[in-house]
Amino acid sequence: MFAAAAFALLVAMGMALVRALMGPTVYDRILAVNAFGTKTLLMIAVVGYLTERPEFLDIALVYALINFIGTVAVTKFVRFRSLGHPVGDAPEGEI
Amino acid sequence: MIELLDIAVLSMMVVSAVAVLWLRNLFAVVMLSGAYSLLAATLYVLLDAVDVAFTEAAVGAGIATVLMLGTLTMVPRQEKETRRGSLGGLLVVAATGALLVYGTLDMPEFGDPDAPIHRHVVPRYMQDSPAEVGLPNVVTSVLASYRGYDTLGETTVIFTAAIGVMALLGWGRRRKP
Repeated sequence: MFAAAAFALLVAMGMALVRALMGPTVYDRILAVNAFGTKTLLMIAVVGYLTERPEFLDIALVYALINFIGTVAVTKFVRFRSLGHPVGDAPEGEI
Repeated sequence: MIELLDIAVLSMMVVSAVAVLWLRNLFAVVMLSGAYSLLAATLYVLLDAVDVAFTEAAVGAGIATVLMLGTLTMVPRQEKETRRGSLGGLLVVAATGALLVYGTLDMPEFGDPDAPIHRHVVPRYMQDSPAEVGLPNVVTSVLASYRGYDTLGETTVIFTAAIGVMALLGWGRRRKP
């Protein structure tokens, strides 16, 4: 059953990768890479059960946090064209 | 089953690496290199190198993506068209790759308990580190005590790199009117 889940996750990862490749818009790529990160951590959890070492679950949790931070940085970049201080006359840069 | 997963993850890594080379939209390149890092971290987990996978996920997929986005705020989003197809470069890369593969040929089997790395100093560390260092985790005693100068050097390198990146990104210039 875990093998089937791993296979399904591989297929989903492939499809997300294709979407990140083709685009066409920025949001397609952000969503694709975010979904790709989620699939990766699910894959690590499934591999943990597949090799009968469920303690891999801790790593999957850390990956979820990293994925979230990355997505926040990316969306901030797209919205404000900056990661910290305001650029030009955009006042919202500090958010 | 694990071998199949290895092959699938490796082929997805090849696809994303080639795409990073081909695409001219730099934002897409940053996104794809993040995906590449996640795949590399998955591969490390599959190879049982859990701590390396941790580092790869935190540094490769997390910090490196954020740093590259910070760089992207200062450069155009589109890569300039350059002349393609440098045969000499391809030759150099192929030769280097062949050399690296040749270097791995006489390495011991993956997971071989008789490999030199498991017979050289590891038994001594496993036996003597509780008495010599006193930490319950042997990896920590190796990193912090036996290889203390090495770790100090690494930390210095990372510290210098952080200062350089901060200078480039203009930290502390935010209060300028």
